[in-house]
Amino acid sequence: MNMALNALRRLGNATLKTLVHLGFICRFFFAVLRHSPAAFFRFPLTMREIYFAGVLSLVIILVSGLFIGMVLALQGYDILSTYGASESLGVLVALAMLRELGPVVAALLFAGRAGSAITAEIGLMKTTEQLLAMEMMAVDPLARVAAPRFWGGVISMPLLAALFSTAAIFGAYLIAVQLIGMDNGAFWGNMQAAVDVRTDVMNSMVKSLVFGVIVTLTAVFEGFDTKPTAEGVSSATTRTVVHASLAILAADFIMTIFMFRGV
Amino acid sequence: MSATVTSSQDLVASLTNVRFGYTPEQSVLDNITMRFPRGKVVAIMGGSGCGKTTILRLLGGEVHPNTGQVTVNDQSVPDLNKRALYAMRRKLGYLSQFGALFTDMSVYENVAFPLCEHTDLSESMIRDLVLMKLNAVGLRGAASLRTNELSGGMARRVALARAVALDPLLMLYDEPFTGLDPIALGVVGQLIRRLNDALRISSVLVTHDIYQSLKIVDYVYFVGQGRIIAEGTPDEIRNTSDPFVRQFINGEEDGPVPLHMKAPSLTQDFLARSAS
Repeated sequence: MNMALNALRRLGNATLKTLVHLGFICRFFFAVLRHSPAAFFRFPLTMREIYFAGVLSLVIILVSGLFIGMVLALQGYDILSTYGASESLGVLVALAMLRELGPVVAALLFAGRAGSAITAEIGLMKTTEQLLAMEMMAVDPLARVAAPRFWGGVISMPLLAALFSTAAIFGAYLIAVQLIGMDNGAFWGNMQAAVDVRTDVMNSMVKSLVFGVIVTLTAVFEGFDTKPTAEGVSSATTRTVVHASLAILAADFIMTIFMFRGV
Repeated sequence: MSATVTSSQDLVASLTNVRFGYTPEQSVLDNITMRFPRGKVVAIMGGSGCGKTTILRLLGGEVHPNTGQVTVNDQSVPDLNKRALYAMRRKLGYLSQFGALFTDMSVYENVAFPLCEHTDLSESMIRDLVLMKLNAVGLRGAASLRTNELSGGMARRVALARAVALDPLLMLYDEPFTGLDPIALGVVGQLIRRLNDALRISSVLVTHDIYQSLKIVDYVYFVGQGRIIAEGTPDEIRNTSDPFVRQFINGEEDGPVPLHMKAPSLTQDFLARSAS
């Protein structure tokens, strides 16, 4: 009986803590939005963050996209040719990338590359009292540090996801057309006929925009919420990657239900 | 109390009957009253964890007292809203014990930061001001360096140049001498005094370094167990018979501030351990 009560108590405690944490994240999100005009009035600050979060993530995004596209083409050709449908390979790759893999994998990579870097940078700024110094200079860190990083990530994410999908489709083309010898016209023509701009491309952009919000909000929040110690920065960085990845997968599931249920 | 500080005239900041605790159970400051007159350098000394830095945080409006008054430039700090608090902070300079230079900026950009954020001055005007401030701390030649190329003493001086960039009314120094070699320590100490006099500002100096600070300050508050234990001019402090201050000045390991934390007797502890 006592054990059951203790377990219930622990569960209640954990639930309350999670709710309080989520409440903090929501309040932080609205505070960042409130300070966002500053990020746009002083766009060079946001541009700098687009460079750090977006441009510096290009290598990992493009290389991963290329390899994923190539692997998908090899596996897809193997299965589709069993059913005599190998000409649909372009369609398979394009729809898989645009609808799911592009936004999701690019966001997971973005969380690992840029999200962790944002958390570590802000966490170290907190540990070395740079944020406090800013506060004492009457400069609000939410406007100067959080908002530009948040919008830099949100703007970068859809662009990176689009480039990721493009690299993957190019990788699939190399394997299917150049290596296996599939007909070039069939590869591109079937893809063009099957991919819908609104359903597939726009939904892909919406998904990656939402993932951009999730990753950068988590990264910036965890940075500000870091315990100002070396261990604190390390665990905040880990939390960013874990929480953002799980949130991306959950959000993808929910969005997929609404976007592609009737397709 | 000395005449320099008793006079209520021309105070830049003050704490009156301040009680403060980070949690309701634990009181950090208990009925503290301090005066910071215009043009003077006042040191706050005491052991680690006695609440010295908390006093700076109260003056900066980062935390609010449970009871009592904190005023800066005739404004009650806890009553200020965010906009007014930020307006008040523009009149403060703050030097953290880590220097807290922005690591993604050069020395020049660090010093220019408050000027760029709070003024509409032209680029050439900002450049002149930054070079003047860097010249005042002897580091005009380091303007183009990155912060990771600076030694500890240089970083502290750059942080000092940044803190005085907006010509503050009141400078708050949090352990400015920590981790400096004797030469850098002397340089920073003299700079604090010189800048205070040249810019006609007031300074509050939180420090452990009794020898260096007694050379440059006008008045000293000793804080211990959340209360003011002793206060006076440097000469009064040097000649005091207060056991706490004597222990501090002489660096004695035991005294009013005990070496050992409260614990059961050694015998009791050993017996208990062997019994278990």
